[in-house]
Amino acid sequence: MTEGIPASKGVGGARPGFAPWASPAAKPLLQLEMVTKRFGSILAVDNVLLNIYEREFFALLGPSGCGKTTLLRMLAGFERPSEGRILLDGQDIVDVPPHRRPVNMMFQSYALFPHLTVEGNIAFGLRQDGLPRSAIATRVKEMLALVKLEGLGRRKPHQLSGGQRQRVALARALAKHPRVLLLDEPLSALDRKLREDTRFELMDLQHKLGLTFIVVTHDQEEAMTVADRIGVMNSGRLVQVATPAEMYEQPNSRWVADFIGDINLIEGRVASSGLGQMMIESVASGRVVVDHAADVATGTHVWVAVRPEKIRLEAQRPLTDDENCFAGHVIDIAYLGGQSIYKVKLDNGLVMKAVVANQARLTKPPVGWNDRVWLCFKAEAGLVLTR
Amino acid sequence: MSATGNPSAPRRRSRWGRRILILVPALWLIVFFVMPALIVLKISLSQTVIAQPPYIPVLDMSAGWQGLRDFVAGLSLDSYRMLGSDTLYVFSYLHSLVIAGLSTAILLLIGYPMAYGIARSPRRAQPILVMAVFLPFLTAFLIRIYAWINILQREGLLNDALMALGIISEPVVWLSTDTAVVIGIVYSYLPFMVLPLYASLEKMDESLLEAAADLGCPQWKAFWLVTVPLSAPGVMAGALLCFIPIAGEFVIPDLLGGSSSLMIGQTLWTEFFQNRDWPVASAVAIALLAILLVPILIYQHLQMRALRDR
Repeated sequence: MTEGIPASKGVGGARPGFAPWASPAAKPLLQLEMVTKRFGSILAVDNVLLNIYEREFFALLGPSGCGKTTLLRMLAGFERPSEGRILLDGQDIVDVPPHRRPVNMMFQSYALFPHLTVEGNIAFGLRQDGLPRSAIATRVKEMLALVKLEGLGRRKPHQLSGGQRQRVALARALAKHPRVLLLDEPLSALDRKLREDTRFELMDLQHKLGLTFIVVTHDQEEAMTVADRIGVMNSGRLVQVATPAEMYEQPNSRWVADFIGDINLIEGRVASSGLGQMMIESVASGRVVVDHAADVATGTHVWVAVRPEKIRLEAQRPLTDDENCFAGHVIDIAYLGGQSIYKVKLDNGLVMKAVVANQARLTKPPVGWNDRVWLCFKAEAGLVLTR
Repeated sequence: MSATGNPSAPRRRSRWGRRILILVPALWLIVFFVMPALIVLKISLSQTVIAQPPYIPVLDMSAGWQGLRDFVAGLSLDSYRMLGSDTLYVFSYLHSLVIAGLSTAILLLIGYPMAYGIARSPRRAQPILVMAVFLPFLTAFLIRIYAWINILQREGLLNDALMALGIISEPVVWLSTDTAVVIGIVYSYLPFMVLPLYASLEKMDESLLEAAADLGCPQWKAFWLVTVPLSAPGVMAGALLCFIPIAGEFVIPDLLGGSSSLMIGQTLWTEFFQNRDWPVASAVAIALLAILLVPILIYQHLQMRALRDR
């Protein structure tokens, strides 16, 4: 699942120089303070603390049922938090009904009014504001041009394709210049190719309009592509908030590491630490040396996490001894075109994955099934996780 | 056309299959609707006589062509002229349409909130509530109307209740008035209004109301801008399902209404069974059918448009 993750991103967000969350002086646009939502005995959202900044593209990512949609619905005003506050521009909006919030939402089902034309749908929100006819007409035209649906204004939603409907829903939600645009699984109803193109259009649109977007998605690739920052949720809790690159390179738990992309985990105890490096005595694989800045007490139970693409596959035993190397044999090869995934069963029984880019045009793979191989990774490739 | 190729054969057979399938309901309609209607039409063009049957001309099949010619020559529009000339009939029609229109409007006012309430109640409760709307229908219709006589009479439940509450000081005459007729009709036809409304409200996507709220529309306004237009087919179906039979209603006005203002169903009954004027009675029926055909055709037209729009 690593093939779609763009490597071009820096350690910052999607846009160079845009990182208001890193500056203590920046005032958040939206503040969630200890927000909790219970449905009967079910805890849907558990004590969420989060700041979202002006012009940010924020993704709430998590498996289905993790509470991300409930959190979004609380921002729109369809659900009331059981506890906590939601501040928009410093004002608590918990008691503001949805129709008075300067927040608009694009629904997963699009929720287009079937009895209205495309124009009628886009104009719906503007009419509620009592704008003059001519102003509404101008704005509708603008929105149709923005989402490239000129000429389809008189159609009814059922006369449009899925992709066109998605654009109408987007145009309708954008028409009122919302302070925050909420997008609930905006691309999930589109087919794969269209979904990928639309991701980039969504990013362009957000950058162009300078609006704040909060998108809910279960698709980690989608979140990585579009968002400045990602908030990963699991069973109601916000488990990590970070830029896509940080999220991928420095997950704070085994769960996040596994949810975002693919990961190899080696269980062990800290044998010694110092000089930014740590030696881990693993149960199965012997000693592993990994870079780690923070101090972890000797004897602590930890996991060494290594991404499959950071592992080198060697057909011969390496000559040098400055890397972590384990011997094993290939038990499975998945050829994906651009790269291949090798599943290797180490001599100690642990199964690890290595991703190898297929750089030359090969008719026969250099390493085959049951071949004896060595898996090697440098100290800086690994990461120590304590939970 | 001859069967030239194999591929066309199954298609042709399925076309014949479809025709046979349509033939069954078509035959039913011809035997039980079109033919009786034509017989009534024929009688409406006859003259009344004291005989058996009580009208002329009678088509004499045995006389062949001459018989048919004599029959056609004997037909006249006299009965229809009578409908137009006697204000009794015109008044009956108007009275029926007014009662039907008023009752349908009241049914809509009562039925819509009921249907809306059922459609918005928890999924599990909905079948029970729909059942509750229909429950009175398990008892005999006549008994329920007779019960209304009890409720509406001078010493009846309604007057007792109103006097006990101090709303009126002496009994009000309910029975034998148009009010009683409308009450009886509204009571009897409510399920026919609630059901089509429920069917159209129930399938409405609730996220549409959330979308309306999200776009700045308060709840009451969203009801008018989203819920009502989307339930228009249900409103139309319910209104016609009630209006058409109410216009021809006989039993309820006969039992609860007065003798001074008759509905067309009662006039028709009088012509048939008291005056034994079959031609005029038939003309009354044919004219009613023609009047009711107008809303039916409008409904058909709207249905077709809705289907095309889907």
